[in-house]
Amino acid sequence: MTAVAGPATPYDVAVVGGGPAGLAAATTALAVGLRVVLVERATALGGQYWRQPAPSSGAGRLRFGELHDLHHGLDTFTRLCNRVLEGERAGRLRLLLRTQVWTAVRTEGLVVLSTAGTGAGASAGEVRARRVVIATGAHDVALPFPGWELPGVMTIGGLQALLKGSGVVAGQRVVLGGSGPFLLPVAVGLARRGATVLGVHEAASPQRWARHLPAVGRNPGRLAEGVAYAAELARYRIRVHPRSMIVQAEGADEVEAVTVQRLDARGHLVPHATRRISADTVGIGWGFAPVIDLAVTLGCAVAAGPDGRLVVTTDARQQTSVPEVLVAGETSGVGGAALALAEGELAGYAARDGLAGPLTPTPAAGPGSLRRRSTVGRRRDAQRAFASALHAVHPVPAAWSQALTGPTLLCRCEEVPVSAVRAVIARGVDGARPVRQLTRVGMGWCQGRTCEAACALLVAEAAGPSAAPPPPFERLVAQPVSLGLLAALDDRHDDDPPADEPFLDDVGRV
Amino acid sequence: MTSSFDFDGRPVRYRPGQTVGAALVADGTRSWSRSGRTRRPMGLFCGIGVCFECLLTVDGVPDVRACLAPAHEAVAVHSQDGPPSRHPSHPSPTADELAEGAP
Repeated sequence: MTAVAGPATPYDVAVVGGGPAGLAAATTALAVGLRVVLVERATALGGQYWRQPAPSSGAGRLRFGELHDLHHGLDTFTRLCNRVLEGERAGRLRLLLRTQVWTAVRTEGLVVLSTAGTGAGASAGEVRARRVVIATGAHDVALPFPGWELPGVMTIGGLQALLKGSGVVAGQRVVLGGSGPFLLPVAVGLARRGATVLGVHEAASPQRWARHLPAVGRNPGRLAEGVAYAAELARYRIRVHPRSMIVQAEGADEVEAVTVQRLDARGHLVPHATRRISADTVGIGWGFAPVIDLAVTLGCAVAAGPDGRLVVTTDARQQTSVPEVLVAGETSGVGGAALALAEGELAGYAARDGLAGPLTPTPAAGPGSLRRRSTVGRRRDAQRAFASALHAVHPVPAAWSQALTGPTLLCRCEEVPVSAVRAVIARGVDGARPVRQLTRVGMGWCQGRTCEAACALLVAEAAGPSAAPPPPFERLVAQPVSLGLLAALDDRHDDDPPADEPFLDDVGRV
Repeated sequence: MTSSFDFDGRPVRYRPGQTVGAALVADGTRSWSRSGRTRRPMGLFCGIGVCFECLLTVDGVPDVRACLAPAHEAVAVHSQDGPPSRHPSHPSPTADELAEGAP
């Protein structure tokens, strides 16, 4: 295997994450002449948004086109993938699939990414680059409620991943709940594949959009998407219940029924306004938590975004407080694929700025031209305005914690009940970190990724609205690695990636 | 012609390209491990590699995330229903704890 760069020659830019933001960053960096390595944990490019089945062969295999109807903007995805392939063929881009970055350090003006393969017989390695673009996306925020630990209760992102990645419908009688527009494509996708969606319980009130019409006006594409979903929800007779929320799931070994309850205008539960629904599957999603581990590890400044969740702080070019580090996509604030594409492109240009100085002379058009950059910048700003409006319309309501009972598991991994966390908070502990130390919340397998949001909300509730947001959970190890793999670490650099596989073998036929 | 892998001694059909977790769900199996303390049944939750609820053993390697592992003809998959002592961070609950349930 030939390497784009060995230990002696670091890459110009390493892009972590092969979703919309990472693909845009990598292909833009290529277009402005940089040498790129693109690291993706999954078996195929696409991220969660363009999630693809694993490359495979054999009778009955899932094909790229087969799940087309569950995706948006696949022409863009195909174009970006083709540019990645061209870059690979030209020896100017290295694609490392099934490779996760588990930690990173800065040294001598370089960023050194510690990598580990995710497959069987995986090896560890290092990727060294002069700039890194962190585009690690986000995951669902799932807030606890009694019964949420029953099999059959999943995040809506998980339901969507089963659909898009494997063509599998998780259940037959499905109830969805939480807040935010992502509930809609999941409902429609499940219905298209034969599930009966018994209701979408949206905690927010859609009328609130009336206060944010300018942001909607700047993003006609988003409005069109909403209208299309409304039509399809009607076609499948799926009812969206505003100001309603899932408060309980019940069942012996898996979910058999779910209880929903109405919310008042202030986001509080309306007493006795409950309904019990027989269901085998429950999907929950309260928006998304940006994955900021690597940026935090590298020392990048973070701040609370418009939804109160921590995001990496950037300037208008996607540059972080650390000179070698750029971020794009949900890492710098959750806002969807169109925003991620714009931010990725800007990050690609900024990576070149950092290495070559401002573009001079400035070509009038083409990749990296001032005109192109200002166009993309405006697109980014419009999408960001929409994202801010979206967060304002879909806050986590006060009711989320009113549904909790003492024995409800807040932390699933360590099986810490709500009562234990509340007891510690009542004793005057005022931060997520001491709560963690005293209760073991967030100290299990997932390292708090599942319970961090709920824990922070409980702490914030007790602290009052004026309290500062909690500091981020620092995770020196951003992805799990085995001790055997650590023990096998030697002084090799990146040139032992997992076996190459076609990452999108059908892409040419789309 | 269909593909299948071995799950706890029985064949589970899958379509190449699916994950082990997705194939199990399509097969009607929603839980394949138990938690360390309360022994509650666990299966897919986040579905994207974040939550670690869906761990199982693939070809003798424990703690593989079913939601990330591609299904292959050759793999032998086992549920992780072993004793919780296998996980040193999860000491077995005492009889009192079990009787008491959640505090």
